[in-house]
Amino acid sequence: MQYLADNFDLFRDAFLTTLSLSLLAGLLALVLGTVLAAARVSPIPPLRGLATFYVEVFRNTPLTVVFFFMIFGLPQIDFIVGFFTGAVLSLGLYTAAFVCEAIRSGINAVQAGQAEASRAIGLTFGQSLREVVLPQAFRTVIPPLGNVFIAMVKNSSIAAGFATSELSSLLPRLVNADAGQLTAVLFGVVIAYMIITLPMAFGVHRLERRVAILR
Amino acid sequence: MTAPVLFDIPGPKARSRIRIGTGIGLLLIVGLLAFVLIRLGNNGQLDSQRWAVLFDPRTGVPQTLWRTLINTLQVAAVGMVVATIVGLLLAVGRLSDHRAVRWIVGLYIEFFRAIPLLVVIFALYFVLPKYGIRPSPFQALAGGLILYNSAVLAEIFRAGILSIDKGQSEAAYGIGMRKWQVMALILLPQATRRMLPVLIAQLVVLLKDSSLGFIISYFELLRGARSLVEFFTPRFGSEYTFQLYVAAGLIYIIVNVLLSTLGRYVEKRTRRNVKNAAAEETELPVDVQMGGGGGVAATT
Repeated sequence: MQYLADNFDLFRDAFLTTLSLSLLAGLLALVLGTVLAAARVSPIPPLRGLATFYVEVFRNTPLTVVFFFMIFGLPQIDFIVGFFTGAVLSLGLYTAAFVCEAIRSGINAVQAGQAEASRAIGLTFGQSLREVVLPQAFRTVIPPLGNVFIAMVKNSSIAAGFATSELSSLLPRLVNADAGQLTAVLFGVVIAYMIITLPMAFGVHRLERRVAILR
Repeated sequence: MTAPVLFDIPGPKARSRIRIGTGIGLLLIVGLLAFVLIRLGNNGQLDSQRWAVLFDPRTGVPQTLWRTLINTLQVAAVGMVVATIVGLLLAVGRLSDHRAVRWIVGLYIEFFRAIPLLVVIFALYFVLPKYGIRPSPFQALAGGLILYNSAVLAEIFRAGILSIDKGQSEAAYGIGMRKWQVMALILLPQATRRMLPVLIAQLVVLLKDSSLGFIISYFELLRGARSLVEFFTPRFGSEYTFQLYVAAGLIYIIVNVLLSTLGRYVEKRTRRNVKNAAAEETELPVDVQMGGGGGVAATT
């Protein structure tokens, strides 16, 4: 315990890094994922194709490989991103594919009658998606979407392998400590992750009950 | 595609608009591709001799890539087999009649689903040596994959067992079978067949996660590519770096796509079988597909 108190600064910085990494990547994933989902149901074939291609590629690529390309591959074609920026981009781009899938399943779950009715009163594709379908879709996908973001927080640990000093990276960095100390660090890291994920899970649960549509 | 619900079947005006949109979209895609290719070309990354190194056995590159691919598949295979067996046992334990067993197994499952997989691997690789156990990178990686995936697979098997009609186990008890016989001979075979597509999907996730070995220097594909680059750079400069990285990434993607395709094929076959109709509704939750310790206790 004493050891944890001594290294409190290190812990706090790592915790904040994980937090900001998750927040920024989450924002990117949410925006990009929604756009991708809209593209996947749009009337324009190349948009559908492009979005499908994106999702398939990222779903079949390990996140480590995405990080690897971002950190080691991009500089080869003269795009140099910092470690933190690279981590945000990798995590965000990867998660966007799963956000897209979650939202698309929500769009499919909205009853056909809703979309038909909005077409019948003359709404265009964009309008019916924005005003009628997506608001309902978002509500139904809150639990899976919440889980995607919780998984993303845990996935942010992979940034430890690519020179971002976030929570998991404390273990290799403090590896010179003795047995008891390192075990304390391990518990600290586990608890720190839970400090982020458990309130998220609780919040998702609350939000779900609040905005659920009774069908 | 069935009749689209979100937009009308386009009329002549809309069709021409869509055609214009298609044209612009294609132009954008082609433009982006061209930009990347020109950029690569200017850097000389597209020279055929630079790519030839990947297929030239004299350089040792194909051998290394092949060996590291085997290493990747090896750790994934060990993980898949052991995690499936442990997962089966855990699922049975979770449905046990004894409260203590249920409770302990439940705790195990929730714990390993709640923390990042990489932290589990780090715990095995960095913390265990302090207590005198020194796992190799292979053992730490396989151990982490097994601990995490057995917890997820246990939940999958449990859902499969619970989805089987009660009459099956009642009939089995009725003809005098014991508890373990009902489980081993009646419930598990049906549950496994029913959950096969989901099972394969999770095994693909496991394969993806085996790339985490890169971080603890297990000699898998990415690490292999990296070590080749480190070997070449002092001798020839960074001439082959990009090619090696692309090759390693592509091999990963191809292997994953192949396994996913196998999964879809199996799913189609099980779907044809009327008895396994339940498989139609079962799909791996999106967050679990993300790998790296997706899925959290929250939903239960």
